[in-house]
Amino acid sequence: MLAHAIFFYFFSFVAIISAIMVTASKNTVHSVFFLILDFISISCLFIMIGAEFLGMIMLIVYVGAVAVLFLFVVMMLNVAQQKNQWFKSSETSTHIPVGLIVSLIIFFELIIVIGGWKYKPDIIKNFSDSLISNSTNTHTIGSVLYTEYIHLFQISGMILLVAMIGAIVLTFRKREGVKRQNYFSQISREKNQGVELVEVKSNEGVKIDV
Amino acid sequence: MFEVSLGHYLTLGAIIFTIGIIGIFLNRKNVIVILMSIELILLAVNINLVSFSIFLQDLSGQIFTLFILTVAAAEAAIGLAIIVVYYRNAGTIRVEEIENLKG
Repeated sequence: MLAHAIFFYFFSFVAIISAIMVTASKNTVHSVFFLILDFISISCLFIMIGAEFLGMIMLIVYVGAVAVLFLFVVMMLNVAQQKNQWFKSSETSTHIPVGLIVSLIIFFELIIVIGGWKYKPDIIKNFSDSLISNSTNTHTIGSVLYTEYIHLFQISGMILLVAMIGAIVLTFRKREGVKRQNYFSQISREKNQGVELVEVKSNEGVKIDV
Repeated sequence: MFEVSLGHYLTLGAIIFTIGIIGIFLNRKNVIVILMSIELILLAVNINLVSFSIFLQDLSGQIFTLFILTVAAAEAAIGLAIIVVYYRNAGTIRVEEIENLKG
């Protein structure tokens, strides 16, 4: 139990420090790297607490896909040199106390809720039969996800499809002056459009219009 | 102190949530950092769901964390695409200079 506590405090300390550094660091590339560190420590917490499938999925999805996407966009847009400073902007200094007050109020509300809250006494009994005991976390998640939550699972697949199509449609553009391959006009070309028989007179040659 | 309970995990989630909100409010230079703060907020929600799911021995929390993960990935992709298009049109993504809506 002591080792559990030590690992919990270590990982949560790393997570909080890197979350602060995500918002406070001056270089955007550094914030993306601190975001990756934050995801890794939180997924270590998940694995430690017993949700190992979600921890691994967090590593794959967030660190492997989302953070790399952020990194690519930051490097592509050349915004890494724009300094991200909290307290240096002169003309918009009124948002700093307002933001601090609002977020401190939210934090204290959350702490009050956490501190003064109790279970309904029979809630453990109601829930405890839904977890199959002697099988792994991945097995139990699979046995629930593909039976009870199959519609939500398929809808989330549709959400990913729509997001992919939306991202492609948003960033697609036709540039002028770039030769592109047009498959439809290639395939639908007839013989009499492409080849022409020309009677060549001597000493005159053929005029080719391109 | 050495007994890690549900309250510890909820407090960690509350702290990370608040840091995300502070990042949205106080960052005025870069829209990408705002997107990363939104990711932090979703991460805090995931911490709450997973810890409740583990301590109550109920799997629904982990299932919903999976769906939140999906939606967060889709949201990051769409948001970054919008940022790329805006940068291409306007030449900047500084928060102070995005004022087309006069907000």
